[in-house]
Amino acid sequence: MGEWECATGCFKFASMALPQIITEWFSAQGWDIHPHQHMMVARSGDPAVLLIAPTGGGKTMAGFLPTLAELADGTHEGIHTLYVSPLKALAADIKRNLRRPVEEMGLPIRIEDRTGDTSQTVKKRQRVDPPHILLTTPESLALLTSYEDAPRMFAGLKRIVVDEIHALAESKRGDQLFLALAALNALVPDLRRVGLSATVEDPEAIAHLLARHPDPCEVLHADLGPPPDIAMLETDEAPPWAGGGAKYAIPAVLEEVKKHKTTLIFHNTRAQAEIFFHNLWLANTDSLPIGIHHGSLDRVQRDRVEGAMVRGELRAIVCTGSLDLGIDWGDVDLVIQIGAPKNVKRLVQRIGRANHRYNAPSKALLVPANRFEVVECVAALDAVYDGELDGDPRGPGPRDVLCQHILIAASSGPFEADALFAQMTSAGAYSDLSRAEFDACLDFCATGGYALRAYDKWRRLQQRPDGMWALRDPRAAQRIRMNVGTIQDTDTLKVRLKRSRGGKPLGEIEESFASSLTPGDTFLIGGQIVRYEGLNQMTVEVTRRADKKPKIATFMGTKFATSTQLSQRILRMFQQDTWPGLPTHTAEWLGLQRTLSRLPQPGRLLVESFPHDGRENTVVYGFAGRNAQQTLGLLITKRLEEEGLNPLGFVATDYATLIWGLDRVPDPAPLFDIDALRNGLDTWLAGNAVMKRTFRASATIAGLIERNTPQAKKSGRQATFSSDILYDTLLKYDPDHLMLQITREEAERGMVDFGRIEEMVNRTKGRIDHVRPGRITPLAAPLFLEPGRVPIKGLAEEKLLEEEAERLLETAGVTDQTVTPN
Amino acid sequence: MNGCDITLSNVALTALPSGALWWPDMCLLCVSDLHLGKSERLARRGGAHLPPYETKDTLDRLSADLENTNARQVVCLGDSFDDLDAARGMTEATRLEISRLQAGRRWIWIEGNHDAGPVEFEGEHVFELPLGPLTFRHIAQANGHGEISGHYHPKAHVRTRAKTVTRACFLVDSQRLIMPAFGTYTGGLSSHDPVFDPLFGVDARAILTGRRALAVPMPRNAERAA
Repeated sequence: MGEWECATGCFKFASMALPQIITEWFSAQGWDIHPHQHMMVARSGDPAVLLIAPTGGGKTMAGFLPTLAELADGTHEGIHTLYVSPLKALAADIKRNLRRPVEEMGLPIRIEDRTGDTSQTVKKRQRVDPPHILLTTPESLALLTSYEDAPRMFAGLKRIVVDEIHALAESKRGDQLFLALAALNALVPDLRRVGLSATVEDPEAIAHLLARHPDPCEVLHADLGPPPDIAMLETDEAPPWAGGGAKYAIPAVLEEVKKHKTTLIFHNTRAQAEIFFHNLWLANTDSLPIGIHHGSLDRVQRDRVEGAMVRGELRAIVCTGSLDLGIDWGDVDLVIQIGAPKNVKRLVQRIGRANHRYNAPSKALLVPANRFEVVECVAALDAVYDGELDGDPRGPGPRDVLCQHILIAASSGPFEADALFAQMTSAGAYSDLSRAEFDACLDFCATGGYALRAYDKWRRLQQRPDGMWALRDPRAAQRIRMNVGTIQDTDTLKVRLKRSRGGKPLGEIEESFASSLTPGDTFLIGGQIVRYEGLNQMTVEVTRRADKKPKIATFMGTKFATSTQLSQRILRMFQQDTWPGLPTHTAEWLGLQRTLSRLPQPGRLLVESFPHDGRENTVVYGFAGRNAQQTLGLLITKRLEEEGLNPLGFVATDYATLIWGLDRVPDPAPLFDIDALRNGLDTWLAGNAVMKRTFRASATIAGLIERNTPQAKKSGRQATFSSDILYDTLLKYDPDHLMLQITREEAERGMVDFGRIEEMVNRTKGRIDHVRPGRITPLAAPLFLEPGRVPIKGLAEEKLLEEEAERLLETAGVTDQTVTPN
Repeated sequence: MNGCDITLSNVALTALPSGALWWPDMCLLCVSDLHLGKSERLARRGGAHLPPYETKDTLDRLSADLENTNARQVVCLGDSFDDLDAARGMTEATRLEISRLQAGRRWIWIEGNHDAGPVEFEGEHVFELPLGPLTFRHIAQANGHGEISGHYHPKAHVRTRAKTVTRACFLVDSQRLIMPAFGTYTGGLSSHDPVFDPLFGVDARAILTGRRALAVPMPRNAERAA
């Protein structure tokens, strides 16, 4: 323990010994208490401790041991420990895994979970009579802090355990959680915080988020265990040039499944998992029990797969990030990663899913889906061998989450602005927040913060004569609670079998995908092909269909960015004369790229132009990272639009930007004039599709757009209009508004990176190689199947529409635009 | 004007790209579903504070159409105000602007479901307006003939060779015409919605708003239209 404890004198639990009842239980299991578990008990009096441990290292037990010790004598009343994890499933799993030892030790401890799945009755009871240990998620915790009775409920709280904190720290869910912790700390000043994390590149950054600023936070490291046994899967057939299905690898994958007890087959997106599962099932002539698990499937279906997994009934599970985190699923002895791991850190964490035994190496196989991914996989393997973890720092806490938190605070009762500011800046992510920034958020929550003071009469928050801030209409608290959360789901619709076929729920699909369906279309969900029959009260009705090739459901999936470190490894590999480290097929494929076009080089800029699929395409291989490539895409399409070249859209990866349009791009060199690009930046910043997308997300979190309202719940249909209209209106009449400032801040962390464009332009200064190969090139092929395409709403859209209108009317036997129905 | 000419009950009309309808022989401009005061109403009810500029934006666009057409008569086809309190709560600037637009013109407010009841603005207030062979009302009736209505805020999705484009639209056949919403903060109901099926025959067209008013066969569910 450190000297500061003596100085503050607040923490009395230093160097606690474990009660005999617990040590005896461990011996009875034949288990040793790991050194890091001892360390956690010894440091249990610290205000904040971060434990870094590999999966399977008894991390969760390490987090809970001090709680069990403190509760062992049965004298504690009310809630003692709050456990927060990113997944509902994880909370449920920990409940099972914790109850068993607690029961066997005969400890008088009540353990319950509370998530979106918990019934209203139980939730109500928990607020009156909370368990000793409550397991929950950031969203449920934020909601709990919004109730008037929060002070009573959390009165006895001593410890908070944040599990998988590395996953939360990457997103706004983490920012929300850390603000909620700050609110709890205001209720319970001597609260102690524990973070449990997988291996990360920068533990200090996470420690800063976890601790109450400026409390210190010790970082403890568990033994990392032996290095993983990891390789690329060898297949008879070579991977294709493009695509993400990895269908070619199915026989080899099946062979591996047969050789192992339980295999997890990870995919980067839900759509890919669906296709792969479908193909795997078709090839599964031995009828091995194989399941599918991802976030868009109905909960009943997911529960069934999880249950079968725990009982060891499944030989393989095709899954996505939904199984990424620490759920203990029994005897997994192989992890297969389909598609290139975009990030070495995530790869190492996934590999940890295999073999949950401490000190046993985990076994994993990488399956590249196409030849570019072979290069990526080899680069990732090299990075794993070199022990290199990647990641980019996140920057200060976003203010949209701050606005939501102000509304949450107001829902729990009147507050003082000074106190709330002090509370919020005690969260590490917001420790640098200025008072002016906070005041702007408070004004936004109170009045909308518009230059035109239209809502002074209808304020959301009012300052009372005693200086406290309170909701004008206390009923608004309900609306605020309905919109708590930072997860930006695309709008989805539930999918059910037709009522006449049992009405069974299957899962959900994106609304935009649903609107593209016409009756008779087929798509995959949960591994089965279904036929779209129609929309019935906001539910997609389908029937089972076994005989057709499906359309593919476009599930929302996180698009993982390849880390800068990996991209640079790849660019270095391209410079080699030959590629002895690569499989022959991929070395030949790179050779072909060199013959047909060129390979990108650090000191030059490769630009390819070729027609494909009825459009003119231009690919810019900048290797400047996704953000810079995306910004480049926006700037160049803007210039193409100005020059009348009718761009239609673009997509950016970490290596390249693919732009398509109606007209051929003559000479690309003038497009990279740095002054012209910089001039474009300001005007461009305002009106593009990426900004609108960012605005939508931030405005929803900040409470400007309400996803859920009591009225909408009643009618089932929301009379909503596009958030683009709000953005355009704000930009036109109130360009300095806080919401636009936040949008710019958010866009800058996710997108702009103009510095890297400048660096790229300076690095390649005029050395632009413009190649017209006349056809699609090996390196360009994968870009055509890349998700995250950005549409350009310009003249090309009008042209297409006019063309289509003419065609449709001609088909209908009418030749001019005058409408004279007979 | 980039409009699209229409004949309804032997009357020549032009659907304007802005979403307004022009009747040249009567020198009449018709707009529907302005929903003035929408953001104020949401805030009053304890909801979010939307940017309070949509009333000005809607009136600016209406003003531009009035200038371009030099209309002598104006029909507002209902839901002109988001509710009666919104109508009463209009700012002085908005009142002046509405008076300026009304000056020298015959102005007819048709009652909608959002603004059923008297509003204190100049002009005629009616439930519906028969004018020659045409009838203007807020919500389409089953047996309407030569009927011009609003209410539904129709929009259409058109699949082009490169992408699907969605636009607010007029829906029209030999019986009736349904107008798109003119208000800035208004969503839309897809022309695929079954509510339109009994209202429109197989020859129905959608006229898309945008840079030019463009007619296409009304996009709808093929099975239902039969």
